[in-house]
Amino acid sequence: MSNPALLELICPAGSLPALKTAVDNGADGVYLGLKDNTNARNFSGLNFDEKSLVEGIRYAQGKRRKVLMALNTYPQPATLSRWHKAVDTAASLGVDAIILADPGLMDYARKTHPQLRLHLSVQGSATSYEAVNFYRERFGIQRAVLPRVLSLAQVENVIDNTEVEIELFGFGGLCVMVEGRCLLSSYACGDSPNTFGACSPGHAVRWEQTPKGMETRLNGVLIDRYANNEKAGYPTLCKGRFEVQGETYYALEEPTSLNSMDMLPEMARLGIAAIKIEGRQRSPAYVAQVTQVWRAAIDAVKKNRETFKTQPAWQAALAKVSEGSMNTLGAYYRPWK
Amino acid sequence: MKLSLGPLLYYWSREDTLAFYEQAAKWPLDIVYLGETVCSRRHLLRLPDYLELAEKLSAAGKEVVLSSQTLIESESDLKALRKLITDGRFKVEANEWGAVRLLAEARLTFVAGPTLNAYNPDTLAMLAEMGATRWVPPVEMPREMIKDMLAALQPLPNSATWIETELFGYGRLPLAFSARCFTARHYNLQKDDCQFRCLDHPDGLVLTSREGEDFLAINGIQTQSAKVMSLAHRFDEFAAAGIDVLRLSPQARNMHRVVEIFRALAVGDIKPAQAPAQLDRFMPAAPCDGYWLGEAGMAFHPVNTPVTEGEPA
Repeated sequence: MSNPALLELICPAGSLPALKTAVDNGADGVYLGLKDNTNARNFSGLNFDEKSLVEGIRYAQGKRRKVLMALNTYPQPATLSRWHKAVDTAASLGVDAIILADPGLMDYARKTHPQLRLHLSVQGSATSYEAVNFYRERFGIQRAVLPRVLSLAQVENVIDNTEVEIELFGFGGLCVMVEGRCLLSSYACGDSPNTFGACSPGHAVRWEQTPKGMETRLNGVLIDRYANNEKAGYPTLCKGRFEVQGETYYALEEPTSLNSMDMLPEMARLGIAAIKIEGRQRSPAYVAQVTQVWRAAIDAVKKNRETFKTQPAWQAALAKVSEGSMNTLGAYYRPWK
Repeated sequence: MKLSLGPLLYYWSREDTLAFYEQAAKWPLDIVYLGETVCSRRHLLRLPDYLELAEKLSAAGKEVVLSSQTLIESESDLKALRKLITDGRFKVEANEWGAVRLLAEARLTFVAGPTLNAYNPDTLAMLAEMGATRWVPPVEMPREMIKDMLAALQPLPNSATWIETELFGYGRLPLAFSARCFTARHYNLQKDDCQFRCLDHPDGLVLTSREGEDFLAINGIQTQSAKVMSLAHRFDEFAAAGIDVLRLSPQARNMHRVVEIFRALAVGDIKPAQAPAQLDRFMPAAPCDGYWLGEAGMAFHPVNTPVTEGEPA
């Protein structure tokens, strides 16, 4: 059944400064991870150690905001205790919820810390209410983040058939593949989001200025080549230009950002519990800009869903920080598929 | 070592598909997986057709398993899934957790497919407890991790049978799934009006880098490796790793040759070192074996070389 639309604004905190920025600019909650492969933004220079985590929790909860810890990679046999220890840390420091993808880890969390609130990560790849309800029955999950593959009509069908709160991605980098079901990165360079916690990781990336232009490579594979008048982007595997039957183009996805703001009234009507902003790898300046704009938009839609209109100034502000300076409604808008 | 024929990942004409399985009934296979795992728009064969094929293959002495769809998006996808499960005549391969829920509810045993993401013994034990009698590791899982998984797995208290391990051993690797159809995109068509262009690409549509390096293969909403995962030359490593079944993924041409070579390996008629030369002319693309060794999936080590041990990537 539909819950009242909470429309919590959940913002990325890749560092303590980003966390404080998100809180100061109106996030209802932040999500973060530890400095290792227990979360899906395992990039050097990002994330929290125990000291910064304690400080971050104190800061956010002191202002009555929530801290959600992502432990959303898949634990592996030789290092299973690392994930268990991370769950224990989250529980002992008093985070508001942990975001998990692996059923085995959910079982551990449920048995060891029954009071700890569990969210199903987008990395769990649950796209139907049958899957969502599996995690609910077995582990008592309270919320599920849906992969960016469903249309809003399909999201509505999930909501109508589960008591689990639903969180959707609102803005930021767009995975064109079902999260948790993409091994492109490990095929090219050995490390995948599922096990290593990063897609197209920095250690495999090479940038090289050549007579033909700037070339970006992932473990030697040419992902893209930019003319001098083009801005070179990070070589995320699925957003490169490749050749298919003699035609060179963005064969999988353009380097765009998801921006679902136009659909906020519909999301409010459906009773969406929270809107997630992607971008733990982005700067505090990005977090400030995006949080401010989305705070204003969510406040406006909550005030009056019928008269809500996306303000041009909001879109202009978001366009400045979008990946590739382009936006898409992604799968929420059916023709994208 | 049992040999299985994985579910057909491509979209072939009805005639070609039926002819393929008519032939497969005669091949030296132990297990055949049937069903559409990639795209719900593919409709040339429907459940009654698969059930008819299943009966025939079963009569030919094959164990038949019906594979469920990997990406469930709509209520009609769920309806199809429920039908597959309630028929009950054949075991089902669950490829997402909604199917696991329905199978466990119906108290049916099942095969845990590769996209369930069983990366650790706790999750695998849970699957076994819910009724999985066989599991297929994620295709990226290295040999050493499979060993660790099985070493840590405790036998179930009331279980007569140990859960079997089935390795994806031959074929273009299914790497990713999307809501978007990349084949339709290539032809500037929308998915809802895709004109079933997959039919023109019976082994997928190869995507190359701008330097001409074969990299991936587009198969509708699925993205595969351009290279063909082949572990024929490593056949003697399977027993020590605890592999019970080797999965061979269907290709459009010469599949019977591929099956025969793997059967010859299984019965010891040829040595693993001889296999690549025999397989070569029957493969649609160059081989890779990196995942098995804990490396980039596209890597290939033609001979059986020792791998340095370390924390798996």
